[in-house]
Amino acid sequence: MNALVPLPVIVPLLGASLAVLTAPWRWAQRVISLIALTINVVVSVVLLVDVDDGEMLVMQAGGWKVPLGITLVVDRLSAVMLVVSSLMLLSVLVYAIGQGAEESRYASFNPVYLVLAAGVSASFVTGDLFNLFVAFEMMLVASYVLLTLGGRPGQVRSGMSYVVISLVASTFFITALALIYAATGTVNMAELSQRIPELSDGVRTGFSLLLILVFGIKAGLFPLFFWLPDSYPTAPGAITAVFAGLLTKVGVYAIIRSQTLLFPPEAQQGSFLLVLAGFTMVIGVLGALAQDDLRRMLSFHIVSHIGYMIFGLALFTLAGIAGAVFYVVHHIVVKTALFLVAGLVERRAGSDRLSRIGGLVRSAPMIAVLFALPALSIAGLPPFSGFVGKFALVGSGIESDEWAIVAVSLIVSLLTMYVMVRIWSGVFWGEPEDPAIASWIASDESRVPHLMTGAATAVVGLSVALMIFAGPLYDYSKRTAEDLLAPDSYVEAVIGDHE
Amino acid sequence: MSVLLAFAAAFLFATGTYLLLQRRLSRILIGVGLIGHGSNILLLTSGTGRGVAPIIGTADPTDFADPLPQALALTSIVITFGVTAFLLALGYRSWRITHDDVVEDDVEDRFIARRRDGDQMVEEEAQAEREQAREEDRR
Repeated sequence: MNALVPLPVIVPLLGASLAVLTAPWRWAQRVISLIALTINVVVSVVLLVDVDDGEMLVMQAGGWKVPLGITLVVDRLSAVMLVVSSLMLLSVLVYAIGQGAEESRYASFNPVYLVLAAGVSASFVTGDLFNLFVAFEMMLVASYVLLTLGGRPGQVRSGMSYVVISLVASTFFITALALIYAATGTVNMAELSQRIPELSDGVRTGFSLLLILVFGIKAGLFPLFFWLPDSYPTAPGAITAVFAGLLTKVGVYAIIRSQTLLFPPEAQQGSFLLVLAGFTMVIGVLGALAQDDLRRMLSFHIVSHIGYMIFGLALFTLAGIAGAVFYVVHHIVVKTALFLVAGLVERRAGSDRLSRIGGLVRSAPMIAVLFALPALSIAGLPPFSGFVGKFALVGSGIESDEWAIVAVSLIVSLLTMYVMVRIWSGVFWGEPEDPAIASWIASDESRVPHLMTGAATAVVGLSVALMIFAGPLYDYSKRTAEDLLAPDSYVEAVIGDHE
Repeated sequence: MSVLLAFAAAFLFATGTYLLLQRRLSRILIGVGLIGHGSNILLLTSGTGRGVAPIIGTADPTDFADPLPQALALTSIVITFGVTAFLLALGYRSWRITHDDVVEDDVEDRFIARRRDGDQMVEEEAQAEREQAREEDRR
């Protein structure tokens, strides 16, 4: 089974190179991409089932022993992230094909998209801090290209700030790696987990904060989020969904992984992270309220919900981390669903400005239903998965006597509801405010391709499935949290492997 | 030697940060390049120092130079190179569109900042500007 570990990285990369070779034939590219991502889904599910039996899967690239080679590890956290991300990547690809916009216009779409998939998977399976940097870069470079595909003025403008911010974060990452290597003599995460506790307090805190800074920029943590709502909405429709669903969550994954594995409980930045989490939640949701553009609203809203995940981690209790893991999984699916539906709205109504469109509940009742389900889930209404996630987080917050953050998270939850209601009343109720929009909706051109609706329906269906299987998923998150709080088993699985 | 390198890295970081804060993409690019060099020097100094080439069987392993920081620095140089090339292309595209490479403010941001005043005139003006920008976007 260990041989399966590198497949989620290798298969998309192979697919990408094949897709470059078949650039003149779009159908061949599509077949290759769909096959590669389907293999990814299957492999991820097999890995998940395998890992949940108790054994971590470790693979040393090239057979080099631990301090020399690159380690690839799949534990419960990586496995569940792999499964969710591969499912999202596949659905969004189908959606993009159905949309017939950037995907059919540019031969570079498919290969770059597969490189993005490989980068995301590589971030989840790597057990080496420097390799994590490389995986991040792979993912980011692909995202630069996808973001600016088309080269429209808006894209060039937001692309410039996005690339520069990401570059600065990468430079910080390199600096952090250099300092960590100078202090410990290794970049292997399992070895770091053994050596960092021996360092002095100040150095440890410095490393911890530096890593939070680096991953916080990618995750969109307060006060490092400002680039996110600026750049995401300008990307091609389907791509925004992947960015929103996956890229920020890779940052959150890296924060959870690095803080739990590398730093002992006494070196955690608990209360500092709690303050950041609180501000992230509030600023994100207030930013969302101020917008008029559907995709910008949803983008600001991502920021707000990153706060919930960090809140769970900051408590550093079993229940808190379990809640955070559950929330990450829930949020990836639900946010992707919302962005896909936003794409449907834009297609059907011809615009995504709340002040111009309206009345879609009559002209497109199907889209209204598809929007309502994930919207209620993200607002945290029972019995949706968002409720389960928030309930777990609030419960663990009360257990840890962190009343302030519990209060903030509940207020933000209400405001989230308000954001969703604003979208609902702006998009679905009333009449189109703009006569041009009304005639567009009446015309045949506004019909949404079935493939788009199908892919969006699949993701919304998945978010409903999360609600139905919330119990097993929460149990799984708890087992994941137990693993994360006992990093010794991770270290043993990696280092004990060859002794 | 490593004191000299430390100062070199510090100098590169300082000048790079200054350039990064400018509005023009060409200056930002040079800034990013300088900071990148600074971090690479930092990587090189993080190893154990001088020694012979680390090829197993040619010398005593205790005399080896630390090969890892060099491998890491090489990787990061390659990545920075690629991304810089991409940014250059982006800057060129921006110049083609606007005949300038100034990183502009977001249209929507400007609109929301002005709306704060609650002035009806401002709002209408912003609305017109926004429509125009979106029109340009579409083209």
